[in-house]
Amino acid sequence: MKVKYFAWVRERIGISEEMVEPPAAVRTVDDLIGWLSQRGETYAYAFEKPKVIRAAIDHTHVKPDAMISGAREIAFFPPMTGG
Amino acid sequence: MTATIRIQQADFDIAQEIAALTKGRNDVGAVVTFSGICRGSENGEPIAALTLEHYPGMAEAEIKRHTDEAMSRWPLTGLTVVHRVGRIAPGENIVLVLAASAHRQAAFQAAEFLMDYLKANAPFWKREESAKGTSWIEARGHDDEAAARWTKP
Repeated sequence: MKVKYFAWVRERIGISEEMVEPPAAVRTVDDLIGWLSQRGETYAYAFEKPKVIRAAIDHTHVKPDAMISGAREIAFFPPMTGG
Repeated sequence: MTATIRIQQADFDIAQEIAALTKGRNDVGAVVTFSGICRGSENGEPIAALTLEHYPGMAEAEIKRHTDEAMSRWPLTGLTVVHRVGRIAPGENIVLVLAASAHRQAAFQAAEFLMDYLKANAPFWKREESAKGTSWIEARGHDDEAAARWTKP
């Protein structure tokens, strides 16, 4: 699946998107955050406060317990500040 | 009726956008305009500019979800949402919401509903530039509260 990062999540990780293949045990958005956090210091820094991070699956906001199976694109970003 | 939704770097012309909702029709009695403008200070500190980032694809989809809901809740004749991205200097426009209806109440309510929802849910992020460098603007809890009041019975 494709993972996208925005705003300071993108800056901390250092890339805006990537393809990932998490193991089957990674079932929810929360699991994916935990798995990504293990990939290196930049990821651990970006996800150091997982409760602050918002997520979207295929362009729709989702909660941390949302299942990721079948997702084409998952995005992680800070709370929104548009308008 | 379909809403006009645009995300663009360029500025917008408010008079031209209003004319697009009223031209050639006689059923529009009210157009409410909200325009959001870049302030020259943030938390008391002067800023040089804001840079707006968005999530292409999702931003349009999220705005459409909210314009669809506004159209189902109020008898509107037209809706326009224009959100700018990129670098925006103090005094420049950031966002425009127009709600048109036969009567003012629906137009006022729809415009306020849309702005409250866009603030809390549309995937845009502002970064400020100041003498101290650049930093991401933090979300305010009251934006979520403003959006939540529209879901109360």
